[in-house]
Amino acid sequence: MTETDDLKTHLLTAIEAAAGLDALETVRVEALGKQGRVTALLKSLGSLTPEERQVQGPAIHGLREAVTTAIATRKAALESAALEAKLAAERVDMTLPVDVPLAGTIHPVSQVMDELAEIFADLGFAVATGPELETDWHNFTALNIPESHPARAMHDTFYLAGEHTPEDRERPRLLRTHTSPVQIRTMLSQKPPIRIIAPGRTYRSDSDATHTPMFHQVEGLVIDKGITMGHLKWTLETFLKAFFERDDIVLRLRPSYFPFTEPSAEVDVGYTLQKGKRVIGGGGDVENGGWMEVLGSGMVHPKVIAACGLDPEEWQGFAFGCGIDRLAMLKYGMDDLRAFFDGDIRWLKHYGFSALDVPTLSGGVGAA
Amino acid sequence: MKFTLSWLKDHLDTAASLDEIVVALTRIGLEVEGVENPGEKLAAFRIAKVLTAERHPQADKLQVLSVDAGDGPLQVVCGAPNARAGLVGVFGSPGATVPANGMVLKVAAIRGVESNGMMCSTRELELGDDHDGIIELASDAPVGAVYADWAGLNDPVIDVSITPNKQDCMGVRGIARDLAAAGLGTLKPLAVPSSSVIPAPSSVIPAKAGIHTRNASEGAAPSENMNSRLRGNDGAGVAPVTGEGPGPDIRIEDPAGCPAFYAQGVTGVANAAAPEWLAKRLRAIGQKPISALVDITNYVTVDLGRPLHVYDKAKLSGGLVARKARAGETVLALNGKTYSLDETMTVIADDQHVHDIGGIMGGEESGVSETTTDVIIECAFFDPDHIARAGQKLALTSDARQRFERGVDPAFLDDGLAIATRLVLDLCGGQATGVTRAGEPPLGMRSYKYDPTRAETLGGLAVAPERQRTILETLGFTVTDDWNVTPPTWRRDVDGPADLVEEVIRIEGIDNIPSVPLARIPGVATPTATPEQKLERRVRRAAAARGLDEAVTWSFLSEAEAAPFGGGAYALANPISEDLKVMRPSLLPGLLSAASRNVRRGQGSVRLFEIGRRYLAEKERATLGLVLAGERRARGWQSGKPQAFDAFDAKAEALSLLAAAGAPVDNLQVFGEAGDAWHPGQSGTLRLGPKTVLAAFGILHPRVCQAFDLDTGVAAMELYLDAIPAKRGASFMRPAYTPPALQAVRRDFAFLVPADLAADSLARAVKGADKATIVSARVFDVFTKDGETSMAVEVVLQPGDKAFVEAELKAIADKVVAAAAKLGASLRG
Repeated sequence: MTETDDLKTHLLTAIEAAAGLDALETVRVEALGKQGRVTALLKSLGSLTPEERQVQGPAIHGLREAVTTAIATRKAALESAALEAKLAAERVDMTLPVDVPLAGTIHPVSQVMDELAEIFADLGFAVATGPELETDWHNFTALNIPESHPARAMHDTFYLAGEHTPEDRERPRLLRTHTSPVQIRTMLSQKPPIRIIAPGRTYRSDSDATHTPMFHQVEGLVIDKGITMGHLKWTLETFLKAFFERDDIVLRLRPSYFPFTEPSAEVDVGYTLQKGKRVIGGGGDVENGGWMEVLGSGMVHPKVIAACGLDPEEWQGFAFGCGIDRLAMLKYGMDDLRAFFDGDIRWLKHYGFSALDVPTLSGGVGAA
Repeated sequence: MKFTLSWLKDHLDTAASLDEIVVALTRIGLEVEGVENPGEKLAAFRIAKVLTAERHPQADKLQVLSVDAGDGPLQVVCGAPNARAGLVGVFGSPGATVPANGMVLKVAAIRGVESNGMMCSTRELELGDDHDGIIELASDAPVGAVYADWAGLNDPVIDVSITPNKQDCMGVRGIARDLAAAGLGTLKPLAVPSSSVIPAPSSVIPAKAGIHTRNASEGAAPSENMNSRLRGNDGAGVAPVTGEGPGPDIRIEDPAGCPAFYAQGVTGVANAAAPEWLAKRLRAIGQKPISALVDITNYVTVDLGRPLHVYDKAKLSGGLVARKARAGETVLALNGKTYSLDETMTVIADDQHVHDIGGIMGGEESGVSETTTDVIIECAFFDPDHIARAGQKLALTSDARQRFERGVDPAFLDDGLAIATRLVLDLCGGQATGVTRAGEPPLGMRSYKYDPTRAETLGGLAVAPERQRTILETLGFTVTDDWNVTPPTWRRDVDGPADLVEEVIRIEGIDNIPSVPLARIPGVATPTATPEQKLERRVRRAAAARGLDEAVTWSFLSEAEAAPFGGGAYALANPISEDLKVMRPSLLPGLLSAASRNVRRGQGSVRLFEIGRRYLAEKERATLGLVLAGERRARGWQSGKPQAFDAFDAKAEALSLLAAAGAPVDNLQVFGEAGDAWHPGQSGTLRLGPKTVLAAFGILHPRVCQAFDLDTGVAAMELYLDAIPAKRGASFMRPAYTPPALQAVRRDFAFLVPADLAADSLARAVKGADKATIVSARVFDVFTKDGETSMAVEVVLQPGDKAFVEAELKAIADKVVAAAAKLGASLRG
C-alpha cells in the first residue's frame, strides 16, 4: 500500500460521505485546492527523478482523475437530491379551483342574423340596412300604403313627437313597422338586378305575452327580369331547408294581402308534434302535424317598383318578410319572446352562442 | 268576420261538407280562424214533455214532475214556476253537462225526493238570458228528439279573417261568391231574406229563414238597368219597394265625403223584437239582438256588407243633410260616448243636431226605440278615405266603418235600400214612402288589358286562358274576347293586371305553383356583407370571446334614464308607457337597467355588451355599449378579497375591441370629457386626433349608478363603431417584411415628474426622442413619495444592421432625457 493509495482511499471515502455540497467542497479543497494534498503531490512530481516520475507520475495523475470524477458524480447526486427535496417542498394541491376566464355569449338574434346572412350569401343575396327612424313615405306611401289605407291600422305604428308632413322624405316621422322600407331605399340607390336581405329592428305598439314593442325582422328582395312566384317559392324552400338543416321542410302558400305585393302569399311551414312541442319539418296535413305561419311574401307591386323610379314593365321580382326572433325560437326552442330583451345573464348563458360558433357553409349554419 | 253554415247556404247552393268549405276558404285567402258548433255542447239535451206536476212534499217552491224524454216517465224535481203538466221543454239527463256553469247532472235527492235530471232554462243552455222559468217549446215538438237538431242549433259558426283588400267578403254573400268561383257550388240569385213565407215562430221556437225572391219586372229604379249590367253573375238584383208619396227630405252638402245618399221612409212600423231566425243568427256571430229595426240594419251589414242606418223620424227636426261637421260640434253616439267632431268629418244632421257620424256610428238621439212608428232608412256611400281619417281621429271602430273605409259596393245602393225596406215592411209592418236619391255613387269603372300568360310569367302558375276567363267571370269580372277585363263594382281593390293574376292563381291554387330555382349569379362570388357589417361581426365575436355577454335591450327608454346621457333627441308621440318614451342617446342606460336586474337576481358579476344604434338628432349611429358591474373577480384562495371593476378594465376592453375592429390603437390618445354620466376623475375618451372620438370609458358617475339602483363603481365603455376609420387598400398583398436580425435593447429611465404630468405624455415624448431607434416607450412604474412623483419608463431600441456601440446608446439616452425635460421631468439621481 503506497501513500497515494492511502490518500485515494481516504479521499474517495470522504467524497462519498459528504452529506451536502458544502462538505463536498471542503473535501475538494482538501484534495484539489491550492494547498490540497493531491495538488501537493502533483507539484512534487517536478522534484522527482525521471525514474521516480515514471513510477509516481501515472499514480498521482490517476489519483487526481479519480478524485475529480468522484467529486463530479457526488455533486450531481447531491444536486439532484437537493432539487428533489426542493420540488417536494413545493407540492401544491392541484385540485384547488382556478379562475377560468368566463366565456362570453352571442345573443340568439345576432347568431340567427349571421346564419341568415350566410345562407343567403350562398344564393347571392347581399345584406342591406336602413334607418329605424323612418319617414312616412318610405315606411308606407312608397309601399303603396297611402295615408287613409286600412292596412295602416294593422301596423300599430309608433309616431315621433313633433310636426311632420307625410310627404317629407328626409325627416323621420315614425319607427319603422317593418323592414320593407329597406326595399325602397335599396331600389332607389341600386340598379337592378337586386338580391338583398335586410335584417333589423322593427317596432309596433303592441305588448303582450307573444308581442314585444320591439322585434326583429328580415326582409328579402329580388328584382330582376323574368322573376316569378315560382322563384319566390324555391327561394323560401331553399332558405328554410338550409336554416333548419332539414330536407323534409314542407311549405304551404296561402293567398293573402300586403299592399306592397301583388299577388301576395302567406307561407306556412309544416310542423310535427313531438312530446307536445312543435318541431319544424314534415307535418302539415297529417296526423300529429300542423301548419305554422312563418312568412309573408309576394311579387313586388308594380306601383312600388314605379315609386322607386324603375319601369315595372321591365323589372319584376319578389319580396318576403319574416320574424327573426320567431325563427330563433322555432330553431332553438326558446318559448318566451320577452326574455330576448331582458338581458338576464342566466338566459344568455343558456340560449346564447359561443363566439367561435361562426355560422359557415362548411361547418354548418346552425350551432348545436 | 263570423257567419254560420246555414247563412252561407242562403247564398251558396252547395253540396260541399263543412270541412271542404273550411279548407277551401283558407286556400283562397279567406283564412279560417275558428269553427265552432254551438249544437255540440247541447247534444245531450232532448225534447221532453211534462206528464204530471205535483207539489214537493217538503218544499213549497218545488214541484215533482214526471217527465217523458222519449224513454218513459222519469221523476224530476223542478223549481220553475212555469213547470206544469203538458209543457214541452228541454231536458238534461244525468251525465249531461250544463253549458252555462259546467255542472254535470246526476241522480240526486232534492229535499228527500229523487231527481233524475233537469228541465232547463234558456240561460242554463246559453240560449238567452231568461231564467224566470224553463223553456217552453211548441206542443207538437217531437218528444225524445235532440233539441239542438230540432232547433237548428247545429249550425257551425265559421270565423274568417278578412284582409283589408277583400271588402267584398265583409258580407256573407261575397264569401259565397268566392267559394262558388273556387268550385264549391253556385251563387244563388240575390234575394230578400225574410220570414214572411213561414209564420213567425214564438220567441223560443226557431224556424228556418225563408227566402223570397222578387221578380225584377215588378218595377225598376232609374239606375236599375245599369246596376244589373254591373252585377255580373249576381243576377238581376231585387226590385225596389214601390212606396207612396214623396221620399224623405234629404240632401248632400259635402259631396266629397258623402257622394251618394239614398233614403226611404216607412210609416206606421211596430218595432218589437226581431223574429227568432234573425235574432239567432246575430247571436250566433256574437251580436246582441236589440230590436227588429236595429237588427235588420246589423243583419244586412253582415249579410251583404252593406251598412245602413235607421232614424226615428219623430226625433228629427226638418230634413236630413249630409254635410261637413262644424268644429267643436259634438254627438252622443249609440255606444253611449260623446264625440267631438271637426270639419274634416262628414255627418248626417237635421236642422238642429248631428244624428250620425257618417258611415261610422249613429247618434243616440234619433235612434229607434220600441215606441218608434215612422222611420227613415239611410243607404249612403261615404268616401273611404274620409271614413278612414275620421275613424282614426275619433279612435272609433264599428262594423260600418270597417266596411265603408274599405269601400262598399257603390252600385248596390238601390238593392241595399230595397232589401232593407222590404225587411222592415215584412218584420215591422207599415207603409213605405217613395225613395229619395241624392247624389251619384262613384262607380269608378275601369278596365285593364290583360295578357293571360301573365299568370305564368308573374304568378308562376300556368293556367289555361279559358279557365282564367271562367274564374274571373265567376268572380263577377267582365272579360271581353280580346281580354279587356272590367272588375265588378264591389272590387275596389283590383288595380291592374297584377291583381288579375292574383285572382286567377288564388282561385286556381297558389300552393300549386311549382318551385323554380333562381339562377346563380355568374362570376366570382363577392362578399355580400358591407365593411360596416363585417366590422360589427368582428367586434361582436371579439367581445364574446373576451367573456362579455351580448344583450339586446329596448331602443326606447324613459326621459329620466336618457337625461344624463344627453337626453333623447326623439320622443314617441304614442309610447306604450313613460318608461319607453324616448329613443336612446346611448346604449348604456338599457344595459344598466339589465345589469341592475341581474344584480337583484343575485348575479355577482355582470359583463353585458350590446351592439346597436344610438338615435341622435343628426343620425343613427352604430355603437357598442359595455357595462361591467359587481365583481371583476370573485374572492378566491389565490386572489383573496373580491375585486371591483375599475376604469382601466373598461379602457382595456375598449382598446382590445378597437384593435379587433382594426382601429390604429397605437395612435390613439386619451382625453378627458367623457361627459356628465361619468366619474369626472376616472373616465376618458379615446381619440384619433383631437376630434374623432372612438370610445368613452371609465367609471360611471355615482348618481347614475344610484339612478339604476346599482352600487357605485360600475365601469362602462361605449365604442363608436361608425367612427372607426375603414381600412385602406383592398389588396390581399402585404408590405414586404423581414424580422430584424439583431436583438432589441432595453433601457429603463426613472424620472421625477410634475404632479399633473400624464403618463401618456411622458411616454409619447420619450418615444419621439429618437424615432429612428426607439420602437416603444412604456411607463411601468409610478409612485408618489414625499410629494414627489416618480415615473419609470422602459424604452426599447431596435438596432439596424449593426449593433449599437456605447456612444450611440449614450446619445440616445441624452435625447430621451432632453425630451422628458421639456415636460418638466428630470432623471432621478
